[in-house]
Amino acid sequence: MRHTLAVLVENNPGVLARVAGLIRRRGFNIDSLAVGPTNDPTISRMTIVVEGDDLVLEQVIKQLRKLIEVIKVSDLTAEEHVDRELVLIKVKAEPAQRSQIIQLVDVFRAHIVDVGRETLIVEATGDEEKIRAIEEILRPFGIKEFVRTGKVAMLRGSRTTSVDGE
Amino acid sequence: MELKGGEILVKCLEELGVEVVFGYPGGAILPVYDALYDADIRHILTRHEQGAAHAADGYARATGRPGVCMATSGPGATNLVTGIANAYMDSVPIIAITGQVARTMIGRDSFQEADITGITLPITKHNYLVQDVNDLARIVREAFHVATTGRPGPVLIDLPRDVAASKTEYREPGPVKLRGYRPPAEGNPEDVARAARLIAEAQRPVIYAGGGVVNSGAHEELRALAEKIMAPVATTLMGIGGFPGDHPLSLGMLGMHGAKYANYAVMESDLLIAVGVRFDDRVTGKLDAFAPEARVIHIDIDPAEIGKNVRVNVAIVGDVKRVLTQLLKCLDEYLVRPGTAWQEKIATWKKEYPLTYRRDGQLKPQAVIQEIYRQTKDRPTRVATDVGQHQMWTAQYYFFSRPRSFISSGGLGTMGFGLPAAIGAQVGCPDELVVSISGDGSIQMNIQELCTAVNYELPVKVAIMNNGFLGMVRQWQELFYNRRYAYTELINPDFVKLAEAYGAEGLRVTREVEVAPALEQAFRSSRPVLIDFVVAREENVLPMVPPGEPIDKMLG
Ligand SMILES: Cc1ncc(C[n+]2csc(CCOP(=O)(O)OP(=O)(O)O)c2C)c(N)n1
Repeated sequence: MRHTLAVLVENNPGVLARVAGLIRRRGFNIDSLAVGPTNDPTISRMTIVVEGDDLVLEQVIKQLRKLIEVIKVSDLTAEEHVDRELVLIKVKAEPAQRSQIIQLVDVFRAHIVDVGRETLIVEATGDEEKIRAIEEILRPFGIKEFVRTGKVAMLRGSRTTSVDGE
Repeated sequence: MELKGGEILVKCLEELGVEVVFGYPGGAILPVYDALYDADIRHILTRHEQGAAHAADGYARATGRPGVCMATSGPGATNLVTGIANAYMDSVPIIAITGQVARTMIGRDSFQEADITGITLPITKHNYLVQDVNDLARIVREAFHVATTGRPGPVLIDLPRDVAASKTEYREPGPVKLRGYRPPAEGNPEDVARAARLIAEAQRPVIYAGGGVVNSGAHEELRALAEKIMAPVATTLMGIGGFPGDHPLSLGMLGMHGAKYANYAVMESDLLIAVGVRFDDRVTGKLDAFAPEARVIHIDIDPAEIGKNVRVNVAIVGDVKRVLTQLLKCLDEYLVRPGTAWQEKIATWKKEYPLTYRRDGQLKPQAVIQEIYRQTKDRPTRVATDVGQHQMWTAQYYFFSRPRSFISSGGLGTMGFGLPAAIGAQVGCPDELVVSISGDGSIQMNIQELCTAVNYELPVKVAIMNNGFLGMVRQWQELFYNRRYAYTELINPDFVKLAEAYGAEGLRVTREVEVAPALEQAFRSSRPVLIDFVVAREENVLPMVPPGEPIDKMLG
């Protein structure tokens, strides 16, 4: 099963290497890892999507907590949460097909962010399902390049994943 | 007061009560050495940085205080690596301080540059690259705090040469504040109560005790628990000394080379009280077959150890000493009435399957170790070992009655640990007898430290069980590789002459009658003494659980 973890860490150089190294060393499989500073500039937040059964997950969380620079680890999987990912897709677009692509992109509330002579870059945000759907839709036109940020996630409602949040 | 980085570091060490540093200088760490020159800290120059790391480790294991070692950048730092990994595997608090090239030179493959914080990431509890001299005093304090609290472990501080040389106003930093680090202390009272209930219900309890008992100083509480519930106690290699080896409830060591009665007791127990242990494969053998009928209580300070290898019925996360104190109190509410049937069964096993070896006229290493025990048991003694057969025989035939008296590389199994660790122990315990029991293979991995012992008049005694083989490996070849002794036979130097060349005393013993007088002579001497015991060449450590088998399927 896949789990989405929110990990608050000290915003120090090297902290990403510690987390990534730990995950590799202990043989955990990660699907994605997204990281950036929070509104408190001394704290960064990582969203890690890991694959594994409950036992594996328990170890991932406990091992992460052992890192001195890891302040907090929360498993959002079982909680009500929003998760999003951003993708950029460079798709082949002969003039004849452009309007069709633009229409499809509209349906997904995605955007065209670059128009080249033979290509368009589509930017889309959404959960996993939406990203997969848009990829499927664009595939027949020819996807030349595909890049995604990895998932970020947040609890719904007033609860927060912060240093002093529950 | 304006101070240079190197001076700040040394000042902090003084303020933290560091009495000794084991180290080896070089260019990048010169500013620190320059400050050490005037300090109220003893410096022991080992002859190899690995020796410095193991000496700091031996010092820490013997005294319970953090050990400090120091090395220059590049090769100096990488030479510490085995020692750091060793301390990490056995949860020993050491502080490793390394010089680093100047900040502007980092990342350019500069002369003697090594990314030591990167290299030691997986083998330190935490490490630091000091980027700003203003952070240094805080970092040093944090490092000691992290190394010595919670589950102890090594911490490395990498100090670029220019940071060590630059000046700043020294202000004593406030208390350590680490928001991501809150080691547990007390156990959860509900868990403790549940554990007490399981104990009260048990008919065939066994205590399985490890290094956590020694680390938290819980030996008295452990003894009180064992006596209260009349449970026999088997220790891991790291737990040796955490429960008196000569106590009637002692089962000695369990696992691969444990006593049969220890393994049988564990396998037939209905309750395993695991205290400060991690269910290592050398202990459990075939994991699914381990203690099949037992409910398990696991007490440990490291939550990540709970459920890592085995499922447990009750987990109590906390400092072992405090948890045992809580548990003892809780047990007062129960009328713990230990059945005598279990005691009798264990007594029968002990009688039927004692630890023994064949006396056939050859000089047997077990006999040497028994004589070392006989001559030292009534005086304060620390015994360090190297790794191999001699280590297991020491664990089997020397009964350690005090915590921190057995100093051995458990998790990493590092040959070459013994002598430098003994040196560290001797520095920490100057009034005690320190004996290093070694093999003819292991001793040669750090034999240069004999010079350190002579240099600083540290009267360690080195007893080499010289069997002309890498004995433990030969044993595996004999048992599992058709006696094909691929590259395990040793051509050795003359150890007596070697000892003398270093300025130590050297003795050789080839017959059993010479053992006692030679040891008496060595233990009387105020100098370092090496004794070359030329022992039976193909003696095996028995009993033995073949790898991957359940622990009651023992050979021998
Ligand atoms: C640094 C290191 N290299 C290799 C090994 C593998 N090893 C384990 S025991 C052993 C033999 C040790 O021989 P010796 O020191 O003579 O002791 P004996 O087993 O004969 O008592 C070896 C090579 C090790 N544990 N450590």
